[in-house]
Amino acid sequence: MSVPSGVVVVGASAAGLATAEALRRKGYRGEVSVVGAEPHLPYDRPPLSKQVLSGAWAPERARLRTEEALAGLRAEFVLGDPAVALDAAARTVRTASGRVLGGDAVVVATGLRARRLPGQDGLSGVHVLRTLDDALALRAELRESVRLVVAGEGVLGAEIAATARGLGAEVTMAGPQPAPLAAQLGPMVADLLAGLHAERGVALRLGTGVTGLTGQDGRVTGVRLGTGEVLPADVVVVAIGAEPATGWLAGSGLRVADGVVCDSRCRAAEGVYAVGDVARWEHATLGSLRLENRTNAVEQALAVADNILGAERHYSPVPYFWTDQFDARIHVYGLPSAAAEVSVVEGDPAGRRFVALYREDGRVTGVLGWNMPKQARLRRQELVEALTPAL
Amino acid sequence: MKVTVDEEKCCGAGQCVLLAPDVFDQREDDGIVVLLDAAPSEELHATVREAAAVCPAAAIDVDESA
Repeated sequence: MSVPSGVVVVGASAAGLATAEALRRKGYRGEVSVVGAEPHLPYDRPPLSKQVLSGAWAPERARLRTEEALAGLRAEFVLGDPAVALDAAARTVRTASGRVLGGDAVVVATGLRARRLPGQDGLSGVHVLRTLDDALALRAELRESVRLVVAGEGVLGAEIAATARGLGAEVTMAGPQPAPLAAQLGPMVADLLAGLHAERGVALRLGTGVTGLTGQDGRVTGVRLGTGEVLPADVVVVAIGAEPATGWLAGSGLRVADGVVCDSRCRAAEGVYAVGDVARWEHATLGSLRLENRTNAVEQALAVADNILGAERHYSPVPYFWTDQFDARIHVYGLPSAAAEVSVVEGDPAGRRFVALYREDGRVTGVLGWNMPKQARLRRQELVEALTPAL
Repeated sequence: MKVTVDEEKCCGAGQCVLLAPDVFDQREDDGIVVLLDAAPSEELHATVREAAAVCPAAAIDVDESA
């Protein structure tokens, strides 16, 4: 494929911005437009559940680039104007305001949409946390002694619970898993997390699903569990996962199946690519994969920028994410699972400072560091060896 | 090129060290970035730019005008 004369990037968060920046770093001189649904200049999402929610950072601190740096990109930012349709064959994008942007290459970087509970939309006091505006709206309701129920015991729910507890809220975490992140990290680490949250005063009501909400006069009053019990709440955060934001791609000609389906080069169709949380692609050793994490947003953007410029690069990264909960900083490489055999290879879980290896069928599938970032990163190499395709 | 790091933003991912070990390291105790070379030589510029880009905490700034 020849070098495109114009690139339209749909999504103005980490993945979309990184794509535009990588194109410029690699010397691309054509037109670049970046379309964003939100009115804000590109900002970082990981701090939303931590430093922004706690108030430790003013929202501006989460901005990814200064206005000067963005101006230097020579890209047109179309913000507050969500894309509503894509014609993959013609490579044109239509926005809500009716603008039509065309390019030789289109990059889908629209990320995720938070899942919601039935009946949520009619009730005040119920929040999701996906955008900066979401974080500020939730923050405005969190104060000393407010009763917060976090529906969700994954990474986001656990981070919100920890941050809200730090603000003095009376926090209850609810969800179907036996302990926070149990499905993702297995019982050993999940039990340590449960212990940490309990010790810091988070009430854990785990092991039973959240089925709905109760309310009075348009305001939420509680969270209903699968057992029928209702947890009283002044404020509720729904953190039950997210779905790829692909609704706007109906009729586009692209294949969507829990993400925009791409080949190993992150290509969804001729001249159309997907990057970040919304992209499902073929990883050389891990198979069909979609990753919801910050590092992947940028690493995949670098691969896509290369491929737009004709590189034919297969994208097979070592997955990585981190989470901060109270004083625990946990780094995770690879794809650990609850089924894996876990062995501590450095440090001591009792001292809350250790590195664990996850193995399945004798192969290393994950490396986890709990307050041992450098040591965990050094162990990552064992995963690289396990993830390298056999010749 | 002048490189600066924000220790408070750093999450200790070490992605920068993987890419540019001559320019970045991590503290042993908490994994926070240690800048080894704030003015890396020209042959390192491309990898340093990539390290700044992939930093998941956006904690690395590269000033090209310096």
